Amino acid sequence: MFRYIASRVLLLIPTFIGISFIAFIFIRLLPGDPVIALAGERGMTPERHQLLMEQFGFNRPIWEQYFSFVWNIFHGDFGTSIASKRAVLTDFLTLFPATLELSICAMLFATIIGIPAGIFAAVKRGSVFDQLSMGIALVGYSMPIFWWGILLIILFAGILHWTPVSGRMDLIYFFKPTTGFMLIDSLISGPKGAFKSAFSHLVLPTIVLGTIPLAVIARQTRSAMLEVLGEDYVRTARAKGLAPRRVIGVHALRNAMIPVITTIGLQMGLLMAGAILTETIFSWPGIGKWMIDAIAKRDYVVVQGGLMLVALIVMTVNLIVDLLYAVVNPRIRVK
Amino acid sequence: MNTYKKLLAASALAMLTGGLMAGGASAKTLVYCSEAAPGGFDPALYTGGETLDATGQAVFNKLVEFKPGKSEVEAALAESWTISDDGLQYTFKLRPGVKFQTTSYFTPTRDLNADDVVFSFERQKEGSPWAKYVDGASYEYFEGMDFPKLIKSVEKVDDLTVKITLTKPNAPMIANLAMDFSSIVSKEYADKLQADGTQQKFNEQPVGTGPFQFVDYQLNTAIRYEANPTFWKGKVKLDNLIFAVTPDAAVRVQKLKAGECQLTIYPDPADVEGLKADSNLTVLQESGLNVSTLAYNTTQAPFDKPEVRKALNMAIDKKAIVDAVYLGQGTPAINPIPPTMWSYDKSIKDDEYNPEAAKAALEKAGVKDLSMKIWAMPVVRPYMPNGRRTAELLQSDFAKVGVKVEIVSYDWQEYLKRASDPKHDGAVIIGWTGDNGDPDNFLATLLSCQAVGSSNRAAWCNKEFTDLIDKAAVVSDVAERTKLYEQAQVVFKREAPWATLAHSLVTTAMTKNVTGYVPSAFGVHNFESVDIAE
Repeated sequence: MFRYIASRVLLLIPTFIGISFIAFIFIRLLPGDPVIALAGERGMTPERHQLLMEQFGFNRPIWEQYFSFVWNIFHGDFGTSIASKRAVLTDFLTLFPATLELSICAMLFATIIGIPAGIFAAVKRGSVFDQLSMGIALVGYSMPIFWWGILLIILFAGILHWTPVSGRMDLIYFFKPTTGFMLIDSLISGPKGAFKSAFSHLVLPTIVLGTIPLAVIARQTRSAMLEVLGEDYVRTARAKGLAPRRVIGVHALRNAMIPVITTIGLQMGLLMAGAILTETIFSWPGIGKWMIDAIAKRDYVVVQGGLMLVALIVMTVNLIVDLLYAVVNPRIRVK
Repeated sequence: MNTYKKLLAASALAMLTGGLMAGGASAKTLVYCSEAAPGGFDPALYTGGETLDATGQAVFNKLVEFKPGKSEVEAALAESWTISDDGLQYTFKLRPGVKFQTTSYFTPTRDLNADDVVFSFERQKEGSPWAKYVDGASYEYFEGMDFPKLIKSVEKVDDLTVKITLTKPNAPMIANLAMDFSSIVSKEYADKLQADGTQQKFNEQPVGTGPFQFVDYQLNTAIRYEANPTFWKGKVKLDNLIFAVTPDAAVRVQKLKAGECQLTIYPDPADVEGLKADSNLTVLQESGLNVSTLAYNTTQAPFDKPEVRKALNMAIDKKAIVDAVYLGQGTPAINPIPPTMWSYDKSIKDDEYNPEAAKAALEKAGVKDLSMKIWAMPVVRPYMPNGRRTAELLQSDFAKVGVKVEIVSYDWQEYLKRASDPKHDGAVIIGWTGDNGDPDNFLATLLSCQAVGSSNRAAWCNKEFTDLIDKAAVVSDVAERTKLYEQAQVVFKREAPWATLAHSLVTTAMTKNVTGYVPSAFGVHNFESVDIAE
């Protein structure tokens, strides 16, 4: 077991080097530089530009900048934003819970609706429900997020007044967050009505961000179920006289879930891309919007630091999952 | 932070929260849907309007300030001022009894005095202990307005008198002092933070003398202020002011309609008619202190010939641009400064839209089969709602006179950088919103020889023009300055380094119960005089 853990931890080193290099180089490959953004239309003289580039250290050899970036990370310093002059780590820790909360809610929404819809469509193959749900799934998958978001805002917030337009909570509620997750914070320390407000603010962004994963999960569940339902062992189960609910819910579903769970895992990663647009539409203060703004301003420090922090979180989660696999399944650690 | 301070901060917060919640029914709270989050809370460190609104306009005051909605300057923290005959010494008499805000994080022990004014400028100089008090600190306005070279010294004469000595006369100086980077900050607060080793808080928790005092900032979400009870003009009518950060224009409109905010800015031109039709809303449209232009690269053939530039200008149907791009929310531009600015020369006639004459003029200038690049701005700015659409209309206009246009565009930062390079290829769509209402801020900033390589995107260096505006900058007599700027506009029109395209209307929309809001000429947003009916 120790050897297994050591090998997984050692594997993090090349991964870290690779990701840190990509995070560092990616933003520098884009044309433009962070200094020019400070002055806007006013522009600045070439001399002033040169001076600021030197002051920020962007004139040093690229390898020197890279090593200083990595060295600082090892010391827990992810740098200070050129545009806002705030510490990248502080901003990340403030904003990340918002993105995580929205992503988790979107994935729950997609899974809770997508899996039953997929199962039902498979069981009732060729029925009106099947045709309708898969048609809707296709539309959902093809929907541009921006357009979909604005459409829902106009309908549910603008016309019907069922939900708020944007933000995370009504601004009359004002309390210091404890966890950064508004649903939890509003229960712990929010005044009366805060939880309801936080929940209602989550509804539309959750639907918008969850639409594409919902469509993918529903379609994947349907096809996996159809495949499994045609297997011999399912026929045998039916022949044994098991209740249809048991055949579908226990025998077929468990095997059909394997590719579906893989899909859910993949969709979780893709949510990040969708979160950027969703956060912009709903004024959701998460890291997606933060990173996009930083890229637009060529804020090298935020982009490289932000990417690195996201990568570190993913690497840590992967490591934990790998170790858990090994605990659960001894064959993995023997291999 | 030690435990005591934490407790104090927590109780202050609890009191405030309680106040906001319990007193919600009677407290007057205005929620303003702003377009972007502030960079920080030190108005001297940033150039973006969203930060200046959140700092210089809400929390701070200047020695002198612009009259609400006007570009003229009036007394503010300085009760009066005198300028020496040689135009080099400005002596300001400070208003007595002005108090800095008492907040949960700072309690002032003295009133505003000359030390604060001296510190407010000295701190922005290279070499000051405050020059780099946060990583990446750079005072771009202070640099951009040439203050390091222009200001020889800022001295305390006595507790309530300050003398600013210049290296050369500079007529726009008073207007520059009304800009937000010239906000007067508390030296006592700065000293305290320096002693505590927490200087970065100067950019996080501001202390000023302005109408509102800072309460809290939720990153990229909302800024909360409360009325400053000791404001030297008397407490404002609003009790609380909240900036709700809402980057998307369509969402801002929806929030306004849903009552989630009471005032918002910069709606899409396409939404303006709908807003006007809503009986619950008031829409204010003011001529913005701005201009959009097509800046020819005057160092590149054939655009180095004024007759070619004039001919192309005659090919542009500006009215069509105002109708199609601005959706009528603007006016065709004739001069490089907006009509609301003093010294605007009304006698100048615009180049007539006449494709036939333009074609003939191009032929006469020896230009045949001209192919050129037009740069389309990739972003929306208050002076330009759609750079790509404008470029397409120009492309179609120029095609009518036999000029082939290739539209190019770059990412905004790259666009600005490349357009500043005098070697760039073609003509650039660009524009400007005035900072301070002085013609110098348009004419010198955008068209002087000194600005070639930075904000002079036409790379146009005309000695006659530059001499006129240089001279206008050092004389103090307004009538004489007006004459010089009028002459400069004549030279501009004759030489045509730009095609002036449009001046846009700046739209503010608010709910009917909001009163007293006065739109600023400079695109900043100030809530000092605002009231909200219960």
